[in-house]
Amino acid sequence: MSDLASREHEPDSLILRAAPYVSRSLTTPRLMTEVLIALVPVVAAAVVFFGPSALLVLAASTLGSVLAEWAFGGRRGFAAAFRDGSAPLTGLLLGLTLPPAIPLWMAVLGGAVAIALGKTVFGGLGQNVFNPALVGRAFLQAAFPTVLTTWSPPAGEATPWLAWRATNFAFPFLSRPGVDAVTAATPLSLAKFQGVTTAVPSLLSGHTAGSLGETSAGLLLLLGLVMAVRRLFDWRIPLAILLAVAAFGGLLHVLLPARCPSPLFLLFSGGLLLGAVFMATDPVTSPVTPRGAWVFGAGIGVLVVLIRLFGGLPEGVMYAVLLMNAMVPHVDRWTQPRPFGRGRAA
Amino acid sequence: MKTFQHGVHPAEHKDATADSPTRRLPFAAHYVLPLAQHGGRPSKAIVTPGVRVERGDPVAEPDGFVSTTLCAPVAGTVTAVERRRHPSGAMVDAIEIAADPWSPQRLPSREPLDWAAMPLEEFVTQVQRAGIVGLGGAAFPSHVKYKVPEGRKLERLAVNGCECEPYLTCDHRLMVERPEAVVRGAMILGAKLGVREIVVGVEANKPDGIAALERAAKEAAGSTDGPTVDVVPLDVKYPQGAEKMLIRALWREEVPAGKLPLDLGVLVNNVQTMAALADWFDAGVPLIERWLTVSGPGVREPANLVVPIGTSVRDILHHCGGLLPEAREVVLGGPMMGQPLATLDVPVLKGTSGILAFTEARAARPTEYACLKCGRCLEACSNFLNPSRLARLARAGRFDDMDRAFAMDCMECGACSWSCPSNIPIVQLIRVAKSEIRKHGKGKK
Repeated sequence: MSDLASREHEPDSLILRAAPYVSRSLTTPRLMTEVLIALVPVVAAAVVFFGPSALLVLAASTLGSVLAEWAFGGRRGFAAAFRDGSAPLTGLLLGLTLPPAIPLWMAVLGGAVAIALGKTVFGGLGQNVFNPALVGRAFLQAAFPTVLTTWSPPAGEATPWLAWRATNFAFPFLSRPGVDAVTAATPLSLAKFQGVTTAVPSLLSGHTAGSLGETSAGLLLLLGLVMAVRRLFDWRIPLAILLAVAAFGGLLHVLLPARCPSPLFLLFSGGLLLGAVFMATDPVTSPVTPRGAWVFGAGIGVLVVLIRLFGGLPEGVMYAVLLMNAMVPHVDRWTQPRPFGRGRAA
Repeated sequence: MKTFQHGVHPAEHKDATADSPTRRLPFAAHYVLPLAQHGGRPSKAIVTPGVRVERGDPVAEPDGFVSTTLCAPVAGTVTAVERRRHPSGAMVDAIEIAADPWSPQRLPSREPLDWAAMPLEEFVTQVQRAGIVGLGGAAFPSHVKYKVPEGRKLERLAVNGCECEPYLTCDHRLMVERPEAVVRGAMILGAKLGVREIVVGVEANKPDGIAALERAAKEAAGSTDGPTVDVVPLDVKYPQGAEKMLIRALWREEVPAGKLPLDLGVLVNNVQTMAALADWFDAGVPLIERWLTVSGPGVREPANLVVPIGTSVRDILHHCGGLLPEAREVVLGGPMMGQPLATLDVPVLKGTSGILAFTEARAARPTEYACLKCGRCLEACSNFLNPSRLARLARAGRFDDMDRAFAMDCMECGACSWSCPSNIPIVQLIRVAKSEIRKHGKGKK
């Protein structure tokens, strides 16, 4: 070698790694952050429709999740959950499924249960079977059925927009929630129990009673589209859910027009879009295979229609997602891809 | 546009060198030729220290059929036949030649070989004699592919101009600068083997390469009694240059697992291999040099170079202005499947398609997060495996289960690791597990 070469810069030692040496810029924490950013408009809509007190509920459930991660996740688990942002995301998602008037202590409890029973007991992020936010909500629904089915009208209708809701500050286990609140029915319970169908435009805009984050179908649809284009989730899942609800709901609507509302109403009411865009798409609790995503989404869609139209509850998205969560290992097993050069075409 | 299913789109990073004309590296003082240059058995040295060799003279002969001749890249004197460092890190037998500083390094002038008249047997021996191996990186002796077993026939020749690895542009430059050599080699080979179709698959990010090849193909039409050369643009996607994926892209056919392209009557060869064939049969120049790309964020002056086989990586980097102070990692080949170097004092081999240098920031081992089962690796895997599951099984040491999940089908292209947002070293885990499976004599067909 030449003298010149030896005078050139040379690293003291070279790093030895195995290929590949390049990777995509998307990382798991960034994925979580992007989902959190996508939730900002949903939070904003919650504030617009239900007043600033919505923020209190969302903060409470998020706080519950973070506290539980700290208490049960172990020191490493806690650090990891902060690094990847999964704990606050779970808490926030739970908060968006809660009624606006829920006592804050219940929201904190729900957030804690979501992490403790929904995630930590399974071994932490990536190991859980059920969507943690929905586990938290299922717990609240079982523990406090009245509160979880007591809905407030949009803020500004019966109460001033800025006013705090007294029920939010109910003391744990002492005051009876719901007594002094102004209540309203969600479009789904109106349809189920009173036969009144809310018009699609107000469903799209979100000016109806309902959970904090679920009312504005138009906004959720738009966000879902943006997230699908940015490949933040497997687009097949929400698409399969919507197609299944439209197809199955449409079929029932044609067969039993008296009993079944139009598929458009089914698509844009209740928690369907919030569930389809933000809950069912949780990668950990949905199938890993592309074909499995179709099966999973279609299963949720069919279950939602069945529960809504034939079940005792007006809404069924939560149970539909949780039930299909339980099916994921099987769906994955049935839908393993056919290896290249084996089987069919080989 | 045609392509295969699944695969990934890594940032191309080809701009640094895609438009730089290929330069010839000045001759260095020493060349080291490891006898293990390719798949199969290493060559056998036929020279001893002190022997004077001319440029292009054979210095090692094939040891068996799956082996090739090795020729001197320069005129000079053999100074040693001893163990030297191979790029893989192992010490292997090698021939060292000190270049003659006064030699004009003229190539031997020889009459073109009458390839059309010679029997196929003889043609195969000639390719072996020229030391030609697959120059896309795998370096499998080419003549072995041309010797078709009794009762089989090669019907289609696919020339691989995909160059799907990021950073690399030497094949691209070859297609732009020597398209007639690529076409000529393909037509000689196609006519000799009696194929009915010759196709060059080129990714669409090389429009000038496609245009040049099309022009050359038109000019060369009818120059042999074989078929003319068809240039087919392909979508840009990794790993399109993998044999089986190129065949899938061109003809929508799957080579059955555990079988060879030959089973579909297909032969796949790289564009540089075609040019090497043309050089041997038309000009008598054996494989003594190759085109490669020097690039990456750690190199001062990225370049495409024609390099004599056996040139040391240090000399080549020196010619490219040296490494930047922040360079920490040097890789032979592409960034997806390349091989890391522990020292710069190793020679370029016949199969070395690139020298890449990466900086500290890139080389740092990224933080690993929990597997979210997001499925991105499944959609990356062009072999339609389930990489996330294979990685999980590998960590658990469940190699039998991996074998049942077709781990041995994995071609280690690295698309899964590239695509993983949690930075899980998927292909690295599978690679280790595959060697464990092989060790236990398993690996189902």
